[in-house]
Amino acid sequence: MSLLGIENLARPEIEAILNRAKDFQNSTAKLDTLRNRLLVNLFFENSTRTRTSFEIAAKRLGADTISITASASSTSKGESLVDTLNTLGAMRPHAIVMRHAASGAPHFLARYLPTPIINAGDGTHEHPTQALLDARTILDNRPSIEGLKVAIIGDIAHSRVARSNVHLLSKFGANVVLCGPAPLLPPQLGNLAPNVSLTYDIREAIQDADVIMMLRVQLERQHETPFPPGDYFKFYGLRPDHLLLAKPDVIVMHPGPINRGREISSEVADSKRSVILNQVENGIAVRMAVLERVMGA
Amino acid sequence: MSTLLIKNGRVIDPANGLDTVADVLLVNGKISAVGANLSAANATEFDATGLVVAPGFVDMHVHFREPGFEHSETIESGGRAAAAGGFTSVACMPNTMPVNDSATVTTYIVERARKLSPVNVYPIGAITKGSAGEELAAIGSMKQAGIVAISDDGRPVMNARVMRRAMETAKAFGIPLINHCEDLHLSAGGDMHEGMESVRLGLRGIPGCSEDVMVARDILLAEVTGVKYHVAHISARYSVAMVNFAKQRGLPVTSEVTPHHFALADADMQPYDSNYRMKPPLRACIDVEGVTEGLVNGAIDAIATDHAPHPGSEKMQEFERCPFGITGLEHAISLSLQKLVHPGLISLGRMVELFTVNPARILQIPKGTLTPGADADVTIFDLERTWTFDVNKSLSKSRNTPFHDHVFQGGQVATIVGGQFVWRLDGMI
Repeated sequence: MSLLGIENLARPEIEAILNRAKDFQNSTAKLDTLRNRLLVNLFFENSTRTRTSFEIAAKRLGADTISITASASSTSKGESLVDTLNTLGAMRPHAIVMRHAASGAPHFLARYLPTPIINAGDGTHEHPTQALLDARTILDNRPSIEGLKVAIIGDIAHSRVARSNVHLLSKFGANVVLCGPAPLLPPQLGNLAPNVSLTYDIREAIQDADVIMMLRVQLERQHETPFPPGDYFKFYGLRPDHLLLAKPDVIVMHPGPINRGREISSEVADSKRSVILNQVENGIAVRMAVLERVMGA
Repeated sequence: MSTLLIKNGRVIDPANGLDTVADVLLVNGKISAVGANLSAANATEFDATGLVVAPGFVDMHVHFREPGFEHSETIESGGRAAAAGGFTSVACMPNTMPVNDSATVTTYIVERARKLSPVNVYPIGAITKGSAGEELAAIGSMKQAGIVAISDDGRPVMNARVMRRAMETAKAFGIPLINHCEDLHLSAGGDMHEGMESVRLGLRGIPGCSEDVMVARDILLAEVTGVKYHVAHISARYSVAMVNFAKQRGLPVTSEVTPHHFALADADMQPYDSNYRMKPPLRACIDVEGVTEGLVNGAIDAIATDHAPHPGSEKMQEFERCPFGITGLEHAISLSLQKLVHPGLISLGRMVELFTVNPARILQIPKGTLTPGADADVTIFDLERTWTFDVNKSLSKSRNTPFHDHVFQGGQVATIVGGQFVWRLDGMI
């Protein structure tokens, strides 16, 4: 069974993954749950942390893994995506982890391929394992997601991380505030899920927040300059004084890679409130739970 | 002598205000008579009892891809698909390779159609050379060679000054100018209608205002130039309102809508299925209501399919890489019945008008009526038969439609061009 997104994943399934991920935290032991099972990591976009995280997760569960990047594959020879995936599918992997720059690419393939697909980020659509590891990280710091105020700040329009997080957090009863420059914050986002609101004012977003999620400015997905780069940090960069507006025990998150001085100041990134490295650590635990669910016997 | 007598059909001919059970007699390629209890020596008879007999349907917006993209469609295959859809005449857009921007290409299309197409094919010439939007094409020479209108469909003229000159030229040569209204800066990079669905799916938006601003510009220029101006595949509600406004001012402004734009909204799209990818995109429900209202109140004059074939290899890709457009000839009548006539939104007579006399008048072609002496082009369809559209049986070379397996009530039964059957439903002799 594929994992394509959070939007269509029921809350009990998410809870099962998050609970199972807890079992895998704080351990580097190698298990044999997925022995003799093959995972293909197929990355059509650059990625260091997500690909490495999936590889480590698979290896800790005893699976064999192969990682392929697009530049090294046949796509550069003009092969279509369907043919590439069919070719890989014929080698009978037990699952394919896929990242692609086109929104919906894994959904399109899932219609034609019998092999389960795990979406590791599709264009500006979803990045489900990121939202799962973010939820795991929040739950490591709070007893429950219900009623929390979560501010997501930055380039929301182009963010698959934001979309997956909105769906997940809303399903669990959080109040999500999306904040960014107007061209990167389409008004329809407010209707993406229940309990989502929008603001252009970072201070309003952070006021009494339990969680602050900062997003990278996705220059590679913007086809124009929607906000003067010189003004970005001034209006949407997270600085130490902002944290005074939030709850005292606010946690600061970022899916990485971070751009110090662009969307987050070094002081905040390195502060005690930052859980950015915990997110990375939880990425492995959550992906182990996902792989076990998708590939397990 | 070839004589065909269509007996006992419900004859609907809006040009003559006719809706009555009658016979239609076709002699030597012309309509000979319409009336009760007609008879003729040596006539082949067709029993149309329980069927609608209408003037041959005109699709004023198709893409037959020839010359240049014959793997997608040819004038022959497109013509056969048109006949199978109940159409007797089509107007084909100039975005071929080369673009139909010269009398040479126009003549090629006219000649190919004469030899190979079962239906009448009227070429539409480009507005600008190569449809590049800069220098006017040889509009006068193309008119002499047979074009009935000019359009840079798919590549709208962005420069308002060039558009003004084109309108002046079209006016002088007495042909309409048809525009695909899309401000290319506002729509740049877009995949689907900008709205809730595009935001949810993470696809780039083509806002309704990208159509509206160009419709507004063009209506202002049409008033300045006096050209007969036609909005192709109108899809946004404010565009419909502005066409209405232009008509109220007495301007010679007309518009067409495709069946898919009144049948489907963006929310009906199967996520990332390229059979739902077209320009203009499927709009929001409120826009679907807007174009439907336009069909009711007269802002919209014609239904046209924008039949845009693409082979599977091009449509089997990531959504954002697929070309825009869907095929539409073979389910246009059924969709119109299903969405407009059966629910009682428009009368059957109005539907026939939208497919016959109106597009014929816009293109100024001698079609769309059963007046004695007119060409014997007749479309026969029924309102009852339940049938399932199977794209694998399509006569088009392409298969890109979202209506595969769609169940319809009513549809085309027979198509007659110049007094001869060019298509008949299986079993209808």
